[in-house]
Amino acid sequence: MVPEVTLTLLLVIAFIADFCSAKHTLRKWFNPLMFVLMLAHVLVNLGPTEAATTFGGMYITGPSIGVIKSILAFGTLIVLIQAREWLSREDTAFKEGEFYMLVFSTLLGMNMMVSANHFLLFFLGLEMASVPMACLVAFDKYRHNSAEAGAKFILTATFSSGVMLFGISFLYGAAGTLYFDDVAAVMTTSPLTIMGLVFFFSGLGFKISLVPFHFWTADSYQGAPTTVTGYLSVVSKGAAAFTLCAILMKVFAPVVEYWQYLLYIVIVLSITVANLFAIRQTDLKRFMAFSSISQAGYIMLAVVGNSAMSVTALSFYVLIYVAANMAVFSIISAVEEHNGGTVDMNSYDGLYKTNPRLSFLMTLALFSLGGIPPFAGMFSKFFVFMAAVKGTDVTATSGALAYGVVFVALVNTVVSLYYYLLIVKAMYIKRNDNPLPTFTSSVNTKLALALCIAGIVAFGVCSGVYEWIDTASLM
Amino acid sequence: MLIGLWLSKNDNQVRGVMVTGATALLGLAIYLVFAFLEMRETMPADQYPMLFTYSAPWFKALNIEYAIGVDGISVVMILLSAIIVFTGTFASWQMEPMKKEYFLWFVLLSSGVFGFFISVDLFTMFMFYEVALIPMYLLIGVWGTGPKEYAAMKLTLMLMGGSALLIIGILGIYYFSGATTMNINEIAEMANIPVEVQKIFFPFLFIGFGILGALFPFHTWSPDGHASAPTAVSMLHAGVLMKLGGYGCFRIAMYLLPGALDTWAPVFLVLTTISVVYGALSACVQTDLKYINAYSSVSHCGMVLFALLMMTQTAITGAVLQMLSHGLMTALFFAVIGMIYHRAGTRDVRYLGGLMKVVPFLSVGYVVAGLANLGLPGFSGFVAEMTIFVGSFQNADTFHRVCTIVACTSIVITAVYILRVVGKILYQKIPNQEFYKLHDATWDERVAVIGLIACVAGLGMFPLWADEVINGAVAPVINHISQLAVAGL
Repeated sequence: MVPEVTLTLLLVIAFIADFCSAKHTLRKWFNPLMFVLMLAHVLVNLGPTEAATTFGGMYITGPSIGVIKSILAFGTLIVLIQAREWLSREDTAFKEGEFYMLVFSTLLGMNMMVSANHFLLFFLGLEMASVPMACLVAFDKYRHNSAEAGAKFILTATFSSGVMLFGISFLYGAAGTLYFDDVAAVMTTSPLTIMGLVFFFSGLGFKISLVPFHFWTADSYQGAPTTVTGYLSVVSKGAAAFTLCAILMKVFAPVVEYWQYLLYIVIVLSITVANLFAIRQTDLKRFMAFSSISQAGYIMLAVVGNSAMSVTALSFYVLIYVAANMAVFSIISAVEEHNGGTVDMNSYDGLYKTNPRLSFLMTLALFSLGGIPPFAGMFSKFFVFMAAVKGTDVTATSGALAYGVVFVALVNTVVSLYYYLLIVKAMYIKRNDNPLPTFTSSVNTKLALALCIAGIVAFGVCSGVYEWIDTASLM
Repeated sequence: MLIGLWLSKNDNQVRGVMVTGATALLGLAIYLVFAFLEMRETMPADQYPMLFTYSAPWFKALNIEYAIGVDGISVVMILLSAIIVFTGTFASWQMEPMKKEYFLWFVLLSSGVFGFFISVDLFTMFMFYEVALIPMYLLIGVWGTGPKEYAAMKLTLMLMGGSALLIIGILGIYYFSGATTMNINEIAEMANIPVEVQKIFFPFLFIGFGILGALFPFHTWSPDGHASAPTAVSMLHAGVLMKLGGYGCFRIAMYLLPGALDTWAPVFLVLTTISVVYGALSACVQTDLKYINAYSSVSHCGMVLFALLMMTQTAITGAVLQMLSHGLMTALFFAVIGMIYHRAGTRDVRYLGGLMKVVPFLSVGYVVAGLANLGLPGFSGFVAEMTIFVGSFQNADTFHRVCTIVACTSIVITAVYILRVVGKILYQKIPNQEFYKLHDATWDERVAVIGLIACVAGLGMFPLWADEVINGAVAPVINHISQLAVAGL
């Protein structure tokens, strides 16, 4: 319960600090304060978590849950660092406090979601994570398409919640209880349960933005402020993916064949369709939206294996993804600030000539996303593939299917490499008579980038990180 | 161990550092060969295990280790790579825009290659394999010539497609060998992968590595890539990187999955025979010097795979010799072509002529490379091809013999395209008055060319030492494979 308590404290402090200080001037101390508080939150909760239950068994925690919470908090920390530059702009500075409160409450919601052991509590967490998120998406409400993005987000979020509730009610009808363990204990392969599974899965599929539930993603990602897009694509997605993994493996264990087939289809679709769409994008944020859909497919690939390694591989993948994706978004937002607010891919043409360091870091981050060693992305991808085929027999149909799905995913890494390389090509090879002038990034951008790049370089090569997650998920 | 030294010079920034690094590397590689031979003397005569082994657990939970070690084959490969990195450094002496970055990627590429040759852990090996691939994109894309963006993208994507196949193969081997280790030697000793499973994964691994070894019909990246790459990168790529394919096929696909050879070897044998002959024929009709040489590489690398699949000790020794010999002479070829291009401004055979009169040094270099390529006795090409065809003919059945005979024709075709080009560009009348102003090689270029010629001739004159180094390593592997294949496992 410690993360929830500290987060609630943070929320209260943010509220009081915001309330008690004058809002009409720029408050330079606000972001550092929030950063320090968040850092404290991360550090306090870094230690191993004991398994425990509370609220009459509705709320559980354990080592692997502790790890995923730490990863989410780490991602949020980077988001907070990044946010400063954007928040100190004139039209957002006066509502800076609200941003932190919204972020903290979404994070709290995600923590609840991850820790839930009861469908109602899970639903509560989910709503708590998604409603404030809509406000965040629409934060720049007088700018860009932010307002539109917010509206789209809230509509799909409520719709998917409805679908999911529908599924949960089926499950309740079949099992007569909403506790995860009890539902699992009486689960049969009756049509009612399977329908429940499908509806429930679709509901969460919206959150993780798996194809064919991905239609909101591109617009919302494009319209939302870049920092929020980063938050949405990494932290929110990671939390939902972990929860889905836990619920599928725990609650739906008796119907494993059914959801495995469901996952095969959804994964192949997500990775392939998103990759094909990503190739044609010229807006970098839309581009990253499709890239993140395909990454979601890879994340879910870990679940297919249905073993202890799945949880490890998934958490590890999310961690690496946090580092790599946040690095990309830090750079996008830095370039956006110096480029009059456009995120078109053309503005990266010839960037290496004027901003070599930034382009180099971007290259590292993209290589990591594309799975090129020695960066962490390759390790996480490899482990996900390992987890997916673990324990399957290739000579049997089900095993051959698993290997087939991995093969499709692998072929898609080549496609994804192609479009990641397009950006690298723009930065290094393309000539531009009028490239972006040389600029120095702010301290915050540098700090955020340093954290991310350290993650990209170190998390893979240092096996300790993987083992830390692994020991947690085995306990 | 040694890898630490190689990696540590990643921060090279200027020529001086680069030369020091490359020289040190060459010195170390030569030292390694002698140390290896000395150490091997102390071993029992009939078994030559991996030497200088070292392993540190990396991802314990997944049985991944950072395990390295060398045998006779990897030792000569390391020597080859060191020679080419050394000469490549000199060949790219005048690399202009962004010299620092160029060498940075160049060194990253070479450390991937070295890492690959010394790894004996599936995961580590795969990781180094990819490390060696990705710098190619930038090296070709930024510093290349001609349709470089297209070539760089094509090359990267095709090779990455190959590595996608490899991952499947590696996962298959890992899980079906009992999933307790990723160490190649240990898996080979356990030898408990069911034959049906071997048959499923063998093509994945063989094609995966075969793409890098320019196996027909997956060779199309090679001509484009080579033609667009800057000189030193072409050298390193054709000279060393394509050998990764042959080495991988041998060390992973054939060594670990011997049970599948019965089924798949004929299929791939036909493909490699096509590679050999088709590559040579294509080279005949090209007009760009680099394309000619690239197709010739396809043909020669096809011969490496061809010889590996023949499964006799002589043939496999020949394959390794061929890797060595082709690496050296093709590097020489690309170096000289690059220098000619740098001067004449064209690589098109139709616009070149009479170079012997104006740039005699380079022309002689070209002739030597050409003669080595067509297998003139005294140069390395002869030794390697002779060994391969003798070894291949030891297979008594008609199928293997027919393949051998068909592949043999490539020797004649090679002579056709080499002599045609040599005659045309070196001895005819000078077509362009501008050519009279060309100056001959500068000192740095001379170092590169002479170094390579010395190696090519050395290997041709004294093949026995290399043969000895290699043979010791081939024998145990062959025994291992044939035992398992006969036992039908």
